[in-house]
Amino acid sequence: MSHLRIPVSDQDHSFGPADAPLTLVEYGDYQCPYCGQAFPIVKQLLQQYDGKIRFVFRNFPLQEIHPEAVDAAFVAEFAAEHGEFWQAHDLLYENQIDLGPDLYQRICEALGLSAADLGKAAAENRYTARIRADEEGGIRSGVNGTPTFFLNGVIVEAGTAGLADAIRSTLAGERSGS
Amino acid sequence: MGYVEHHPKGVLGAGTEAPDFTLHRSPDDTVTLSGLRGQPVVLVFYPADWSAVCGDELNVFNEAVPLLAAHGAELFGISVDGVWSHRAFVADRGFAFALLSDFEPKGVVSRRYGAYDFHTGTSTRALFVIDSAGVISWSHLSPIDVNPGVDGVLDALDALTTSATPSR
Repeated sequence: MSHLRIPVSDQDHSFGPADAPLTLVEYGDYQCPYCGQAFPIVKQLLQQYDGKIRFVFRNFPLQEIHPEAVDAAFVAEFAAEHGEFWQAHDLLYENQIDLGPDLYQRICEALGLSAADLGKAAAENRYTARIRADEEGGIRSGVNGTPTFFLNGVIVEAGTAGLADAIRSTLAGERSGS
Repeated sequence: MGYVEHHPKGVLGAGTEAPDFTLHRSPDDTVTLSGLRGQPVVLVFYPADWSAVCGDELNVFNEAVPLLAAHGAELFGISVDGVWSHRAFVADRGFAFALLSDFEPKGVVSRRYGAYDFHTGTSTRALFVIDSAGVISWSHLSPIDVNPGVDGVLDALDALTTSATPSR
């Protein structure tokens, strides 16, 4: 069974306590409709298990079929530099149907960031290596499409539909010390 | 043997010489496996162009092309679809690797690799890593609805690199 080869580190975009019994890692693509469908489900699970779960998002843009995926990832990485990663991440998924330069400008405005600085970061490919590193780590870990989830390092083979069950059983396993 | 051909029951395993083949990669160009000696070859058999899981599987392989190239490996997808379907599928998905057409006689290469489903008349979802001498070093058969990812292929290529490195 595939497992996470790149451990979660402080380089990751992470939400929730670092010592949480559960760590959920998503490899996602901002333009992938299945990731868009998973977004509210993940949100709901993070609320339900608040304090018990740490969530990490890593980039896996399928850029040949999703031409906006890398640009959208740049917006989130740019926001991360200013401490606003999750706000940008959420706005991108909530407005997935509108991905494009207009939306990126509106997101910058909403977060008080400079769209010109975003353009500069894009022009110098500032986040290309980081995004590719995320993706290559995902490929090595057996990511087989987007979204792919790993719960405490183990791939969730049932995908988004199996996430709630996987969380429940992993948490039960942690409690019983197995 | 007349027209009767022996077919393996499962996918050909490690240590087996990879059956040679010549298949079309485009309407007027072919690929011959034995012509690729000296480099590893990765074969991705899949059931059909355009179907959802295959698309995901091949999209992820497409993202992995630089990692495979770092091993000097050549990657091919193989299905029973015709060259024109392959051409449209490659153009639509932007694949940076060739799709080979196991079309006539239908599925004969897939059959020889044990990667053919006689009920559906399509290739199964099977992966092969062939070493530079033309011997299968790793193979894997996935359930038809399970996308295998690229990690197994990369691990197998790593193992080839390790075994090919002279001991220090």
